[in-house]
Amino acid sequence: MLPVERREEDFGDKLGYARAFAPALLDPDRAAPSSVSGPNGKAARKRYNVYRNNVTVSLINALAATFPATRRITGPDFFRAMARFHVRATPPTSPLLFEYGRDFPEFIERYEYARSMPWLADVSRIERAWLDAYHAADAEPLAPQALASIAAERLSDTVVTPHSATRIVRSCFPAVTIFAANRSDGPVGRIEATEPEDALVTRPHLAVIVRRLPAGGAVFLTCLIAGEPLGAAAAAALAKSPEFDLPANIAGMLAAGAFTAIHQGR
Amino acid sequence: MNEVATRPNSSASGTPRFPAHPFVGLAGTSLKHEHLPAILADGTQAGFFEVHAENYMGAGGPPHDVLTRMRRDHPLSLHGVCMSIGGSQPLDKAHLGRFKALVDRYEPALVSEHLAWATHATTFFNDLLPLPYTQATFARVADHIDEVQERIGRPILLENPSTYVIFPESTISETDFIRGLVRRTGCGLLLDVNNVFVSTANHGCSALSYLADFPLEHVGEIHLAGHAEQADDEGDLLLIDSHDRPVAAAVWKLFDMVIGRCGPIPTLVEWDSDIPEWPVLKAEAASAQAILDRHAHSLMLGKAHAAR
Repeated sequence: MLPVERREEDFGDKLGYARAFAPALLDPDRAAPSSVSGPNGKAARKRYNVYRNNVTVSLINALAATFPATRRITGPDFFRAMARFHVRATPPTSPLLFEYGRDFPEFIERYEYARSMPWLADVSRIERAWLDAYHAADAEPLAPQALASIAAERLSDTVVTPHSATRIVRSCFPAVTIFAANRSDGPVGRIEATEPEDALVTRPHLAVIVRRLPAGGAVFLTCLIAGEPLGAAAAAALAKSPEFDLPANIAGMLAAGAFTAIHQGR
Repeated sequence: MNEVATRPNSSASGTPRFPAHPFVGLAGTSLKHEHLPAILADGTQAGFFEVHAENYMGAGGPPHDVLTRMRRDHPLSLHGVCMSIGGSQPLDKAHLGRFKALVDRYEPALVSEHLAWATHATTFFNDLLPLPYTQATFARVADHIDEVQERIGRPILLENPSTYVIFPESTISETDFIRGLVRRTGCGLLLDVNNVFVSTANHGCSALSYLADFPLEHVGEIHLAGHAEQADDEGDLLLIDSHDRPVAAAVWKLFDMVIGRCGPIPTLVEWDSDIPEWPVLKAEAASAQAILDRHAHSLMLGKAHAAR
């Protein structure tokens, strides 16, 4: 049998140590807690700062590991300063650090020193989606010929199940090109792209794949992921982008391994 | 070898999915994915690997693929970093469930956690934070260990912390606190020799006295790691448990002494920051293995003499 859970209050203030110790960890303006000291009455300012430093630096490092292209674009010093603001304002709430940084793209969008890089937030969104895909549940993607067996008249009713790794990131900037150029260790040349680029992030097997979607592709796939049938998704894509090419988009989504199953609607 | 219950109860875990590799008297290293190509190119080695449980709590993908392959060929140590066993608030039930799922899935030879806390209210601080040693914290920590062991169906090894501050409110010594937890919960211990060196130096005590007072007969695993040097407010030496360099000579000496006293205990070299090329970490593990082997050999000779 598990012991009966005792509440913190049952101990009076004897368990208040964490409540006293925690607040200054992420707040450099607060003094070290008076509940701790060095041995023989020695001071604890620098000693407490070891914990402060561990917390802040390890969380900045966690963001740097999740957002390597973002860091490469800004340079390490800029990134650390930006990440430090974010870590202090929005520390993690889960012990799983690969879940941390979901709010970082929006923070970057509002970060005043990053305003000259308006594409930076979208690059970080692709990186966040990349890590989601990396840790997503394994599943066998649809075979490239999976839709071939469906009669043409039933195709528009067809509904597909997204792979748990599949993510769409839309951008008004050439975010996929900038992401790809900065994600590797190789030299980054001058980026000529200026067009908006939407990203499809998938992980059909072990490797995460980021590809640029063709015109209308993001609307089409977003509808499919939301559970709409192929016909309605294609109509929505065509309405936004007259050049939307249905066969090419279906071939592309199957090649990317974005979906795992087919159902006949209604 | 100490008698510490480190193997899972086979009826609790059902049919094993992986081989039960022997791990008694072995040295091992932290598993870093950047070392994988070099480790695989080295061929099958005798050592064991330790992973931080939280890095494998995602649903799927490369982490589980790597861990499955490594577990097939090596003994595995599952080392939890974020359970907040030393925290004042109730354990995170979802996190405990994830921890149990990993224990069930990978059937690790060793399972350990820390005498520390990392989460308070809703914030996860990603560090091993200290607690005072009082009757109240003892009761709370013992309840937490009971809860973890009950949930995963086997005893854990509890690791002694490295600390930089003390709590004047403490009424129990760290070694008495730890000994009491072993007695009350049946847990085993993970003795981090570098943590002993760091904490005792930081608090002006003797590492030898600490070890003399430590319940060594319950140690099921040893950790070794490198530490850095800073200064405290008075300008005195303050050691930092940095895991970013080779094990210090003084820590090797303490380790040698502990193994001489306890016999060969599975020993892990940790390296978590400024991670070197694989051969450097491998050589650290080889140094630990040499000390383990030397004492295993003299233990055997001693038994042979006694049998005559």
